Amino acid sequence: MSKLIVTPAPHIKDSDTVSKQMRNVFIALIPALIASVIFFGTNALVVIITTVLSSVLFEVIILKIRKKAIKKSDISSSALTGLLLAFCVSSFMPWWIMILASFIAIAVAKHAFGGLGFNIFNPALAARAFILASWPVLMTTWLAPYAAITSATPLELLKENGISADYLTMFIGNHAGSIGETSAIALLIGALYLLVTRTIDFRVPASYLITVVAMSLVMGQDIVFQLLAGGLILGAFFMATDPVTSPVTKPGRWVFGAGCGFITMIIRVWGGYPEGVCYSILIMNAVVPLLDRYLQGRIFGCKRWNVV
Amino acid sequence: MFWLKSFKGGIHPKYHKELTNFKPIEEAEYPSKVVIPLLQHTGALCEPLVKPGDYVKVGQKIGDSNKYISAPVHASISGTVKAVEPRLCFTGAMVNSVEIESDSKKEILDGISPPKGDVISAIKEAGIVGMGGAAFPTHVKLSLPKDKKIDALIINGAECEPYLTCDHRTMLEDAYLIVYGIETAKKVLSVSNIFFGIESNKKDAIKFFRERIPGIKLVKLETKYPQGGERQLIKAVLGREVPSGGLPYEVGAVVLNVGTCAQIAKTMKTGMPVVDRVVTVTGKYLKEPKNLRVRIGTSFTELINQCGGVTKGEIKKVIAGGPMMGFAVPSLDVPVVKGTSGILVMTEEEAKVPDPESCVRCGKCVDICPQYLMPNFLGDYAENGKFDKAQKYGALDCIECGACSYVCASKRHLVQLIKLAKTEIAKK
Repeated sequence: MSKLIVTPAPHIKDSDTVSKQMRNVFIALIPALIASVIFFGTNALVVIITTVLSSVLFEVIILKIRKKAIKKSDISSSALTGLLLAFCVSSFMPWWIMILASFIAIAVAKHAFGGLGFNIFNPALAARAFILASWPVLMTTWLAPYAAITSATPLELLKENGISADYLTMFIGNHAGSIGETSAIALLIGALYLLVTRTIDFRVPASYLITVVAMSLVMGQDIVFQLLAGGLILGAFFMATDPVTSPVTKPGRWVFGAGCGFITMIIRVWGGYPEGVCYSILIMNAVVPLLDRYLQGRIFGCKRWNVV
Repeated sequence: MFWLKSFKGGIHPKYHKELTNFKPIEEAEYPSKVVIPLLQHTGALCEPLVKPGDYVKVGQKIGDSNKYISAPVHASISGTVKAVEPRLCFTGAMVNSVEIESDSKKEILDGISPPKGDVISAIKEAGIVGMGGAAFPTHVKLSLPKDKKIDALIINGAECEPYLTCDHRTMLEDAYLIVYGIETAKKVLSVSNIFFGIESNKKDAIKFFRERIPGIKLVKLETKYPQGGERQLIKAVLGREVPSGGLPYEVGAVVLNVGTCAQIAKTMKTGMPVVDRVVTVTGKYLKEPKNLRVRIGTSFTELINQCGGVTKGEIKKVIAGGPMMGFAVPSLDVPVVKGTSGILVMTEEEAKVPDPESCVRCGKCVDICPQYLMPNFLGDYAENGKFDKAQKYGALDCIECGACSYVCASKRHLVQLIKLAKTEIAKK
């Protein structure tokens, strides 16, 4: 008889894997992908394909240089980073900037910190912040849907001209904006899928959106407009929920989401930029280690929260 | 499932109990030889009381210790002692053991009769330990500190480990013994409130006990692992939390497994010590999975053969106990001990262990930890040798249920790392 395998308990494992979680996010982004191609046409598709492919390519190259095994989870996560990065830029972006942005996301924001699981900042958002600082004009030049003319986003119109877009347009998404952020309905369908499949925890998006509502009330803003505008829905359900860069504890997730909502509204109403989702999440990413440490919650059989 | 009692956290693995839960307990074949380890419990090793060449009878004490936390061991068959030497045990350790060759006479020791006098010393003499798997000496559990009073005795019929059905069958077939055992424990502990916790997936057992026993409060528990963990069970039934580092009696509770109750009854009625136990021998590809009443010391090989071996492929992994907390045995030649609740046979496809990847901080392990710990960070600290940090993050509160390793999307060996941290902390 052959030798028996001896391994530590437990001897059964759940079928869930990292790449399955990534795959679920991909599936959830399909409606928004379709919407973006409908509204922004081949321009959008070129940006998306360029960014996804170059992200995966950089991932593979860097893993080779670092002499690490290339796993399914690495490929799927870098492809997802590419897709999310493409989703938060204008369809007007030239392809070569997107390749550079992919490099920033994968090489600088992710692998400089140790690769999958170790990055502090959301790679897609870090790269977006980089290109926004480097090409501010390109990054704020938007194409109107179905046309090759430039237009302004609802948040810009509000900030610069005091014009508020109508709710239905914003809900459907046929207005100027980043490739994947405009269609609220398409993103919400995907978000529902993520919640139902338990790919994401409801706490981060819930506290994010609740805080935006509360801040809108306090600051005298139009609540529905604030919820539908800009990258809020994309950010709350797909970016802030990135497991690597969000807290692991439940109390931590509540505070993280609330912090994102708070900063978003401060930037939107008082800041120099019309939109604050990207920076709010990046700022809160930096606080995650502290949240994990101080908001651990209570250990079973203890009266107080565990503080290390 | 708000009408079911439960605890926070936990997991829902596939249970596979349908392989054996309708199969009545069968008497296993009388073994031609047994190997009885002198350490089958949590506590001190026993000294052998016999030497090679001695003739022993069923029920004869062959090992004992003068330490308080220990339990004597007894001959489970009659025959000649062949050897007293270290033998491989299910944990992989070499443990001093007594090998007895059967004379096939099944002779029972003279003078075995219902014990008179002190119940606790009778339980100690009979070598009764927790039959759920942890094998903690029952006489210690029943001897409360003088100034402590408890107000609840909880009977553990949760049987939350996948595959295992020995407790389930015992509840259906030896109900009268369990009730007798409960009555005995009740008197010893002078406690009036008795709770009987059974998981909702054992409908027949719940119905059976609901109809039959007055004076015992039946608690229907959510089917969730680790519902049968002592702390989780007390939380589910009484809503009380055993303090960190504390013992159940500190919140006025004592928990006994159904198998232990049945064994107490057997000893009180006949005087027979622990010489056998019910073992679920199971596996997806085992030809005929069974619940067997097995003499202590019978080798795993014999029992697997009695179940017809595997129908497909080869035996690649065999687990003593359940798949969540059981031990993968290094050889099929290891003996059944008092704590062996199951023998789970796995073939190649089931035995595969996926390689761990780096943590993506999905937080699932934090969400499900029944002790509200952060297994991901505990694992990191253990991996990097930062055991002080692990201790501050509550490593010692881990009950080693393995739920974190089960859910981990990156397939990290979390509970193993935490166990390592606990061992290192204990060394200090």
